[in-house]
Amino acid sequence: MKYLLIIASDPTLPSPAPGDDDFGAYMDAWMAYTEELEKAGAYVGGEALLPADTATTVRHEGGATTIVDGPFVELKEHLGGYYVIDVDTLDDAIGWAKKLPVGTGAVEVRPIMPTGPES
Amino acid sequence: MDAQLTRVAREEGGRLLALLADRVGGIDQAEECLQEAYLRAATAWDASGVPDNPAAWVYTVARNAGIDRLRREKASARRIGDQSRALAAGVADEAGRAAGRDGSANADDDHASELVEEYALVGDEQLRLMLLCCHPALAPDVQVALTLRLAGGLTTAEIAAAYLVPEATVAQRIVRAKRKIRDAGIPLTIPADLSERAAVLTAALALIFNEGYLSHTEAAGTLTRTELADQAIRLTATAADALPDEPELGGLLAVELFHRSRERARADADGVLVRLDDQDRALWDRTMVARGYAALSLALAQRRLGPWQVQAMIAAEHTRDQPDWARIVRYYDLLLTLTPGPVAELNRAVAVAEADGPQAGLDALEAIAGLDQYHLLHAARAHLLGRVGRDAEAGAQWRRAASLTRNPSELAFVAARLVETET
Repeated sequence: MKYLLIIASDPTLPSPAPGDDDFGAYMDAWMAYTEELEKAGAYVGGEALLPADTATTVRHEGGATTIVDGPFVELKEHLGGYYVIDVDTLDDAIGWAKKLPVGTGAVEVRPIMPTGPES
Repeated sequence: MDAQLTRVAREEGGRLLALLADRVGGIDQAEECLQEAYLRAATAWDASGVPDNPAAWVYTVARNAGIDRLRREKASARRIGDQSRALAAGVADEAGRAAGRDGSANADDDHASELVEEYALVGDEQLRLMLLCCHPALAPDVQVALTLRLAGGLTTAEIAAAYLVPEATVAQRIVRAKRKIRDAGIPLTIPADLSERAAVLTAALALIFNEGYLSHTEAAGTLTRTELADQAIRLTATAADALPDEPELGGLLAVELFHRSRERARADADGVLVRLDDQDRALWDRTMVARGYAALSLALAQRRLGPWQVQAMIAAEHTRDQPDWARIVRYYDLLLTLTPGPVAELNRAVAVAEADGPQAGLDALEAIAGLDQYHLLHAARAHLLGRVGRDAEAGAQWRRAASLTRNPSELAFVAARLVETET
């Protein structure tokens, strides 16, 4: 079944930026992770996101919409990226979540609602 | 007869469920089949007596019910999926007998003995069930309810009575947990990270035992706290047997057995707790003490010490006629290096008072931070102040302790409980 791995971390913590000495190694770890997912046949998709201060929220209320600067929920930890993986069980999904090269942060493992005849 | 059925449910229910889950397509289905079998047993055993092997009887009926269901599902809808494919072999086995079977309890003797054999081979399956119930993706209170319901064979009413919560709360907790197991894809398998999972299982089992052993409320319902503690011991023993490489399970089992061995001596005729020092040791259950030592030595032989093993060593020291308090203090020092925490420091201070006198105990209490809202800290201080003759201060501390506990009966027990330092 498919799971969404939602990666969140505290943006005030230091993290390698382009041009830093350790940026190459940092990116390599993420690419190696994605490659490992692909090799295992578990990769469905995934992207990294720009920082939460670039976010815009469109709020719907009874048909009316308002546009708000910022993410829809203000937390210490910000959504930084996601993967969609296809594995057999929650244990497998948790295993992949543990392997993510997140220094300090949190990964929510959320099953994706099954659709179609296979479910 | 009803008592027999209750015994089967409590002692064998988890094993039966674990075995059935694989064969009838999941936990939910297995539970329904098992309930159906219990219902049939209630009537059949009334009419013709309890069979020689009640558990095998229940298993046979439940499995037949499950196979019937699968067959019906297969006929009505083609999408049974992977589960039924795995079951195909089992269904084929049964097909030959199906003609002569009326769908109920025809566990003829030959077939029963074959099932007993199969039934004996399920240690792993019961372990898988317990690991499922104590999956870290489930909250601790949910793990406890699910373990008692599925692995322990208790009814939701019994669990609710033991935890003094409404039955609806327990039922809802279990329904939600089962939904998460199904929808989030929590598997019924032996996990790769077994040690980590064993630690979660150990913690849940300890919660169950503590509720049974430490609870102050004498059963408001159908399940006494002693029965809950016994159920915890049974489950812990099963887990420890299935996971011999996890010495902390053995440590917990030993702690449970040592505590439980004193059950009959813990309270006097009026139900007031008796200090460990003052207990009538003739009332201790020596068989349980011996089982405790056996579990502890098996665990210690692995030379991978953990907090439960150390607590078992402390509890073991208390089974001696003259506990060596200096040694108990050293065990607490060891425990504190493994898991630092103010409650263990408090227990250590009480042991220091026994080893080196009340003033040394008071000094040790002064060094503890973060327990100012904990009534037992003040009760311990009150007790020791009384022993050095500072009665006025002792009285103030007793009042402070009293203001911090909401349970009136606890106040009467506070002094006695202090000396049971290992809990």
